[in-house]
Amino acid sequence: MNQNSPNDFPESSVEPGFNFAYLDEQTKRSIRRSILKAIAIPGHQIPFSSREMPMSYGWGTGGIQLTAAVIGQKDVLKVIDQGADDTSNAVNIRRFFRKVCGVATTEKTSTATLIQTRHRIPETPLKEGQIIVYQVPIPEPLQWLQPSTKETKKMHALEDYGAMYVKLYEDITKYGHIATAYDYPVMVSDRYLMSPSPIPRFDNPKMNMNPALQLFGAGREKRIYAVPPYTKVTSLDFADYPFTVQRWDKACEFCGSQTSYLDEVVIDDAGARMWICADTDYCQERKKCRLG
Amino acid sequence: MSYVAVKGGEQAIANAEDLLKSLRRGDENVPEIDLAQIDQQMSLAVDRVMAEGSLYDRELAALAIKQSWGDLVEAIFLLRAYRTTLPRLYYTKPLDTSEMQIQRRISAIFKDLPGGQYLGPTYDYIHRLLDFKLLAEGEKPIAPKSIPSLEKIPQAVNTLAQEGLIQPEIPLTPEPTPFDLTRQPRKFPASRDARLQNLARADEGFLLSLAYSTQRGYGKNHPFAGEIRMGEVEVVIFPEELGFEVAIAQITVTEVQMVNQFKGNQDLPPQFTRGYGLTFGYNERKAMSMALVDRAMGAEELGEPVTAPAQNIEFVMSHSDNVEAQGFVQHLKLPHYIDFQAELQMIRQIRQEQIPHEPELPK
Repeated sequence: MNQNSPNDFPESSVEPGFNFAYLDEQTKRSIRRSILKAIAIPGHQIPFSSREMPMSYGWGTGGIQLTAAVIGQKDVLKVIDQGADDTSNAVNIRRFFRKVCGVATTEKTSTATLIQTRHRIPETPLKEGQIIVYQVPIPEPLQWLQPSTKETKKMHALEDYGAMYVKLYEDITKYGHIATAYDYPVMVSDRYLMSPSPIPRFDNPKMNMNPALQLFGAGREKRIYAVPPYTKVTSLDFADYPFTVQRWDKACEFCGSQTSYLDEVVIDDAGARMWICADTDYCQERKKCRLG
Repeated sequence: MSYVAVKGGEQAIANAEDLLKSLRRGDENVPEIDLAQIDQQMSLAVDRVMAEGSLYDRELAALAIKQSWGDLVEAIFLLRAYRTTLPRLYYTKPLDTSEMQIQRRISAIFKDLPGGQYLGPTYDYIHRLLDFKLLAEGEKPIAPKSIPSLEKIPQAVNTLAQEGLIQPEIPLTPEPTPFDLTRQPRKFPASRDARLQNLARADEGFLLSLAYSTQRGYGKNHPFAGEIRMGEVEVVIFPEELGFEVAIAQITVTEVQMVNQFKGNQDLPPQFTRGYGLTFGYNERKAMSMALVDRAMGAEELGEPVTAPAQNIEFVMSHSDNVEAQGFVQHLKLPHYIDFQAELQMIRQIRQEQIPHEPELPK
């Protein structure tokens, strides 16, 4: 039972009385087994026995469990929410891992070994050896078309994704566009339809042939899935209605970027707005380069 | 920059926690509530938190209630988050509820029956009038002398079983390892052991409403309260290294056996069917609701049409857990501005494209 003994890390920030990364070793091992399975079948959802975490379901417990299962003492952790390191939820999750692991944390995408994210993929390209963990609310891309897991499991097994194409087609006839702005469905390795999590479709192309390992955790729905490094990920589209990403006719007010995903910030009561990079680290690095 | 509304540093989070702690304590002139008071005087709240928190520990449940400012769903969440860190040492032997030391036992299907009827401590026949005497403190009510039943009281439903009038519950041989909801992923179709585990820790309010919906015709199955019993049972483990059984605790449970109508089909003659409810502590409303929903979820196996929410196993099991539900509903408080920006962009784009076409609309 010494696997469950409280850790004895010297770091003063580490909360006594809990195992390294909160979960006990057996649980972490069982999650890692599911991760391996998920990596072996890219894009396929693997059920896992998700645990209660000291944060609420829907607030990143899937991602937190994946991070807890793979994190080691030498890891450097970055946590973002909406692309920013300073949103309350990102701060809180980072604080949690400092408390239960005492690992180093960073805001720099390039120095992180492990990145947990909600709703964004960093603008700075990821590298080999990095792991990005996505927090996923609804892992099943077919959920809105078919709420029963029993049925969607069958559809995945038979690669029966016609319903999704019909939905996209209906969008085009109604709006002249595919009207999915985020959580835009992708095909992984030409086999499994997958939810990229609610990232804006702007980020979808970053998943394709990414050198980093991409892990997806849905705590409440108890599913893990993965995209191994250098895996083909394509966003669904039609030959005459190709997939497109969001573009702004503005540049970031702070760093002047014309290619990053921009946040719209309301700055007064008269409806004035400004646009700034959603990715705070990317924006700061660019500002530094401009000044230096 | 003054747009920091959605962004908050560690200091803001720490301040929020301190503010909450201080409001929770309230006016310092009022004595602080202690765990023994919660345990003794808010015993039913403790029972609910233990049942839905899936951890039988009165002190920790009382602590969770104190810490959660009296918010029971929050207390349940605290207890669950704690229990998940505990190692699994043994599985207990099945509880033998026929050996229960009865505090309450009633059956609605027989006027009298072997073992008798014991009302026990119940609100059932009390007029719900505010008791203004309780405004004053210092009341010392005296419990009436009751003769604790020492004899083993048989299950009322067995009377029907002897005649073969009720669906038999035959243990499978060899006894399969029960599904463990806390260690295995939920899967559909779900077996009955998984269903019952889910119901046992399900939100009381959710089950109550679902049970009620079956009584109002959404998955009707004519229930009768075959037996409701509440009391203490022994929890026994069998450590293989010792080679004998060891009683590790005595816990209070509420057990409900519902008797339901079933008209029969090609394979089964008309007979009564069962709905089963069991909860930690004295949790009768929850245990009854559980038994009704358990029976409703058996519809498919009995060849009944599945039309109502309570009969839909996947629907019930996926939405019954209040720790999951409260989290996901409340996650809407988290920033969503990235996705909102994407939607905003799309709506603007579609509107822009539609506006020039407006004059061409058919007249």
